[in-house]
Amino acid sequence: MTVTLEKLTKDIVPSQEMIPEYFRIIRTQKNTHDTFTIELEPPKNGFSFAPGQFNMLYMFGVGEVPISISGDPSDRNTLTHTIRAVGSVTRAMQKLKKGDFVGVRGPFGTHWPAEESKGNDIVIVAGGIGLAPLRPSIYHILSNREKYGKVVLLYGTRMPKDILYRKELEQWRARFDLEVLATVDRAASDWKGNVGVVTTLIPRSHFDPPNTVAMVCGPEIMMRFSVQDLLKRGVPVENIYVSMERNMKCGIGFCGHCQCGPTFICKDGPVYPYNAVKDIFIKREI
Amino acid sequence: METLEPLLSEHPFLKGLDPKHLQLITGCASNVRFDAGQIIFREGEEADQFYIIRNGKVTLQIYTPGRGSIIIDALTEGDILGWSWLIPPYQWRFDAVAGELTRAIALDGKCLRNKCESDHDLGYELLKRFASIVDSRLESTRLRLLDMYDSNP
Ligand SMILES: Cc1cc2nc3c(=O)[nH]c(=O)nc-3n(C[C@H](O)[C@H](O)[C@H](O)COP(=O)(O)OP(=O)(O)OC[C@H]3O[C@@H](n4cnc5c(N)ncnc54)[C@H](O)[C@@H]3O)c2cc1C
Ligand code: FES
Repeated sequence: MTVTLEKLTKDIVPSQEMIPEYFRIIRTQKNTHDTFTIELEPPKNGFSFAPGQFNMLYMFGVGEVPISISGDPSDRNTLTHTIRAVGSVTRAMQKLKKGDFVGVRGPFGTHWPAEESKGNDIVIVAGGIGLAPLRPSIYHILSNREKYGKVVLLYGTRMPKDILYRKELEQWRARFDLEVLATVDRAASDWKGNVGVVTTLIPRSHFDPPNTVAMVCGPEIMMRFSVQDLLKRGVPVENIYVSMERNMKCGIGFCGHCQCGPTFICKDGPVYPYNAVKDIFIKREI
Repeated sequence: METLEPLLSEHPFLKGLDPKHLQLITGCASNVRFDAGQIIFREGEEADQFYIIRNGKVTLQIYTPGRGSIIIDALTEGDILGWSWLIPPYQWRFDAVAGELTRAIALDGKCLRNKCESDHDLGYELLKRFASIVDSRLESTRLRLLDMYDSNP
């Protein structure tokens, strides 16, 4: 049997998924001193995704980075990303303006079980930029609000100036059908909100633990401790979901860059049931 | 006169306590109220009370020259404020300021200290309960020391 190179590469490289499409920026917004949001216009037929999925965003001449989608999943005509400027690519992206183009590959990865959790109470625990990947879930839950029990959003940041989506958080807090608690690690004496790590909000919030689904996103150490506090409150371990981050290259399970033990974060994740990754959480040097 | 015993017995901090100990504690308890901005205690002052916050918010602050007062913790409904009354030299280590109108039950630490000295069962029970609070505050402080939001995932 002869195997042609064309057949080999066709089987191995899912070429379409490796080629970025050009999306035009229709709006940029500064969220905090180091975080910004870009809204992109899909070139054709809109853009569908599930809450928690990410795109590979390509900055021409600089590089490509995985960034979660932070917008409303029901809006097919706007693709939104919230990005924290930490290094070469994300800092270059910070300079982008309305009318510029960004390469987009995606959507990739698994999603939060927002749809599957109907009928349950929902606890969303976010730390820092971790609120961005959870925002599509919040939009989805709020637009189907009657399908869920109690809904609680717990959000922690370093300082008040790091709080993302401040206006939206205030609007959500004003709703009678959503409990929103925010906390910062430290603050000046004029701060009126909570001070303390986000885990301290878990015992204070109101939900029925055995019938609760928890979605947790933030720095890994914050997720680890949040999970412990959720378990302490009685949330079943199988109802706890976390989102993992590792460096990525292909985003489609091909290059092995994001491999973490037996799992490829780009395709088996980034959203996992906690049970599936708890060993990775406590293993060192992965 | 209305006693604070039912309120105290329901609080998670005192739940399950021997009724005779609860009665002793109730004897040291009184209702207090602080207006927004009112200073409850200041660093260095004698620590002769602790508080069970019924509602409102209390911030723990530390004054740093050049940076002003920094909030290091905020306590709300159900939280316990203060354990310096239990540990020599019985002095507050921070300032406590009511962040909003706050109602609390104040417990006379001096009176309780004496009762703990003469009834070690009560002393052990209270120490166990305070150790658990100190443990969770220490965990929270350690997490904050990591400055986790500023680091890699
Ligand atoms: C599935 C997934 C979803 C993500 N979603 C988002 C998102 O919605 N918004 C967002 O801002 N970021 C997100 N990230 C992280 C983002 O991909 C990285 O911040 C980005 O790749 C950094 O690239 P860079 O070239 O700017 O920085 P680099 O030049 O690669 O790194 C510069 C510095 O930043 C540090 N760094 C690298 N990655 C991270 C990180 N993840 N967090 C903090 N510091 C880091 C490096 O250690 C280094 O010190 C996501 C990552 C994954 C895997
Ligand atoms: S990024 Fe290439 S396999 Fe996951």
